[in-house]
Amino acid sequence: MGLENLFLGFEIAVTPFNLFVAVAGIALGTIIGVLPGLGGANGVAILLPLTFTMPPTSAIILLTSIYWGALFGGAITSILFNIPGEPWSVATTFDGYPMAQQGQGGQALTAAFTSSFVGALFSIVLITFFAPALAEIALRFGPPEFFAIQFLTFSSFVGLGGGNPIKSLVSILFGFILAAVGLDIVTGQLRLTFGVTDLMKGFNFIVAVIGLFGIGEILLSVEEGLRFRGTRTGMSLKVVLDTWKILPRYWRTFVRGSVIGFWMGFKPGGATPASFMSYAFAKRFSRHPERFGKGELEGIVAPETAAHSAGVAAMLPMITLGIPGSPTAAVMLGGLIIWGLQPGPMLFKENPDFVWGLIASMYTGNVIGILMVLACVPVFAAILRIPFAILTPLIVVVCAIGAYAVNNAMIDIWYMLLFGVVGYVFKKLDYPLAPLVLALVLGDLSENALRQSLIMSQGSLGIFFTRPIAAVITALAVFFFVLPVITPWWKRRRAAGAP
Amino acid sequence: MRVADVVTAAVLFLLGGVVVFDAVRLGVGWGSDGPQSGFFPFWLAVIAMASCLAIIVQAARRSDGAPFLTREQARPVLKVLVPAVGLVLATHAVGLYVAAALYMGVYMRWIGGHRWVTVVALGVGIPLVTFVIFERWFLVPLPKGPLEAWLGY
Repeated sequence: MGLENLFLGFEIAVTPFNLFVAVAGIALGTIIGVLPGLGGANGVAILLPLTFTMPPTSAIILLTSIYWGALFGGAITSILFNIPGEPWSVATTFDGYPMAQQGQGGQALTAAFTSSFVGALFSIVLITFFAPALAEIALRFGPPEFFAIQFLTFSSFVGLGGGNPIKSLVSILFGFILAAVGLDIVTGQLRLTFGVTDLMKGFNFIVAVIGLFGIGEILLSVEEGLRFRGTRTGMSLKVVLDTWKILPRYWRTFVRGSVIGFWMGFKPGGATPASFMSYAFAKRFSRHPERFGKGELEGIVAPETAAHSAGVAAMLPMITLGIPGSPTAAVMLGGLIIWGLQPGPMLFKENPDFVWGLIASMYTGNVIGILMVLACVPVFAAILRIPFAILTPLIVVVCAIGAYAVNNAMIDIWYMLLFGVVGYVFKKLDYPLAPLVLALVLGDLSENALRQSLIMSQGSLGIFFTRPIAAVITALAVFFFVLPVITPWWKRRRAAGAP
Repeated sequence: MRVADVVTAAVLFLLGGVVVFDAVRLGVGWGSDGPQSGFFPFWLAVIAMASCLAIIVQAARRSDGAPFLTREQARPVLKVLVPAVGLVLATHAVGLYVAAALYMGVYMRWIGGHRWVTVVALGVGIPLVTFVIFERWFLVPLPKGPLEAWLGY
C-alpha cells in the first residue's frame, strides 16, 4: 500500500526543480552547520521567508535539505575543529578530533558521513512504513488524546531531558506564556498586551528561534573566546573507498546506533542522549574499549549513526501528529501553517502529494547530501578559516534579515536581540531552550486541545483519565513528570537497604 | 553564578506575577462557552512562580563563588551586542542595506583590524548580494531608506 504512494512521491521529488532545490538546500545547510551560531533550527528559520513564494512541496524539500546539510556540517566542525556545532555532535568529537590530529581526518569524516547516511536511511525506511499507520490511528484522536500527547512531549523534557528538571519546567511554562500573548482567537479578548499595540500580534516563534539560538549562540561563543584551530585534511577517493572497506566490520554498531536513534528520536530532545547512549554501548561491547577516546573509528560510527537516525525520526511525529520532535521540526511545522497546510494526520488524506513528496525527498536528499559533502569537505572546512571579525557581523546581519522578513516588521529585529540576550542568560544558567521553543510553537494548539477537552467534560480533568488512549498517555506523562522526584528517592532507599 | 541564578528566577517570578494579574482581569474560571481567556495563562503562571521559588531556594542552598560573567568575558560580549543595537537603530534611519554595510564595515575595521580594501569590498559587496537575492530573486522586501529611494526603489 505504501509503495505506490512512495513512487508517487519520487515522481515529485526528482523533478529537476525539486532536485535543484535539494542541492541548494544541502549546500546552504552544510554552510549553516559549519558556521558557529547558525544551526539547523535557526538556519531553517532564517531561510523560511524565502519559501513563501514557492510551492509547498518544494518549500519543505528546501527546508529538510537544509536540515540534512546542517546535520552533515556539524560533523565537519566536530572532527576537524573539535567544535561541536550541535549538542548531538559532542560525542563525535571524542574520537573524531584525535583521528584528525593523527592525520586521519579523511577517514574520520568518511566514517561520520557514511554513519549519518546509514542512520538516516534506517529512520526514513521506518517512517515510510510507520507514518501512514500512525496517521491512521491519530485520525481517531480527539482533543483529549492530542492534549495528552502534548503533555507527554513536555513531560519527557522534564523527566528525560537531563539537567535541572525545575528549570526545564520553567522554560516550558514561559514558552506557553509567550504563546498566549496577543489575541485570544476563541474569545476575541486581548491577553497580556497591557494596551501595547505591538504586543497584539504576539511573539513569533521564528523570531524567537533566531534570537535564542542564533544571537544567543554568538554571544556565548565570543565569550568563550572562540578560536578555530583546525586540522587540515586530505580527502581523496582512495581514502573514501578504503574507509568503506573497513566500515562493514562495524555492522553491529550501525544497527545498534540506528535502533537507539530511532527509539530516542521520535520523542523530543532525543538526538543528544541517543548519540551518547550509542557511544557508551559501542564502548562497552567493543573488544578494545581502551582505544575509545583516542581515535577509534567505531567511536565516530556509533554517535553519528544514532544522532542522524534520531534527527530523521523527529520528523515522524511532525508529519503524523502535528507535534514536532525537535526545534528544527518545530520551525518546519510553522512553515506548514504559513504555506496553508494543516499539520497532523489529515495531511496524509488531504495532501498526499506533499507528504509523499517529502518522504521521497528524504531518500534523495540524503543520497545527494552524502555525495556532496564527501566531494566538498575542503570547501566547507575553508569557511571556518574566514576571520572571526567578518563572520560575526555577517551572521548578525543574516539573523536580522531573517527576523525582519517573517512579518516585515522592525519590532521583530528588536525582539530578536531581546531573545538573544535571554537565550544567552538561559544557556549560561542551564535553562534548556528547546522546550521553550516547542511550547511557543505548540501554545495555541495545546490550549485549544485543553479547552475543547474541558468543554467535552464540562470542566472535569477526569476526561484525560477515562478515555483509554488518553489515559495511557497521560499516565506515562505524569510518570515522566515525577521521575526526577522518584529517582533520588529510589536511589536513597536502595542505598539504605543495602548493607 | 548564584546571584545571577537568584536574580533571573526572581525576574521570572515577577513576570509570572504580571501574567497572573492580567489573567485574573480576564477571568480564570468557567465562562458561558468553556474556560475563560485567563484560565490557561493563570495556571501556567502559578506553576511557573512556584517553580521559580524552588529555583531560588535551590540556588540559595548551593555555595559556589564562580562569577556569572568576568570582566574579560563581558568585553567581547558587549562588543557584539552594542554594535548590533547600533545596526537596528541605523536600520530605522537608513534602511537595512546601508545599515548592514556600515555595521559590517565598522566591525571589520574596529574589531578585526582588517585592511580598508577588505572592509570596503565586503561591506559593499555583501549588502549588494543580499539585495539581489531578496529583492530580485525571492521578492522579499527588506527595510529601505533614502539611498534606495534615490536610486528608484
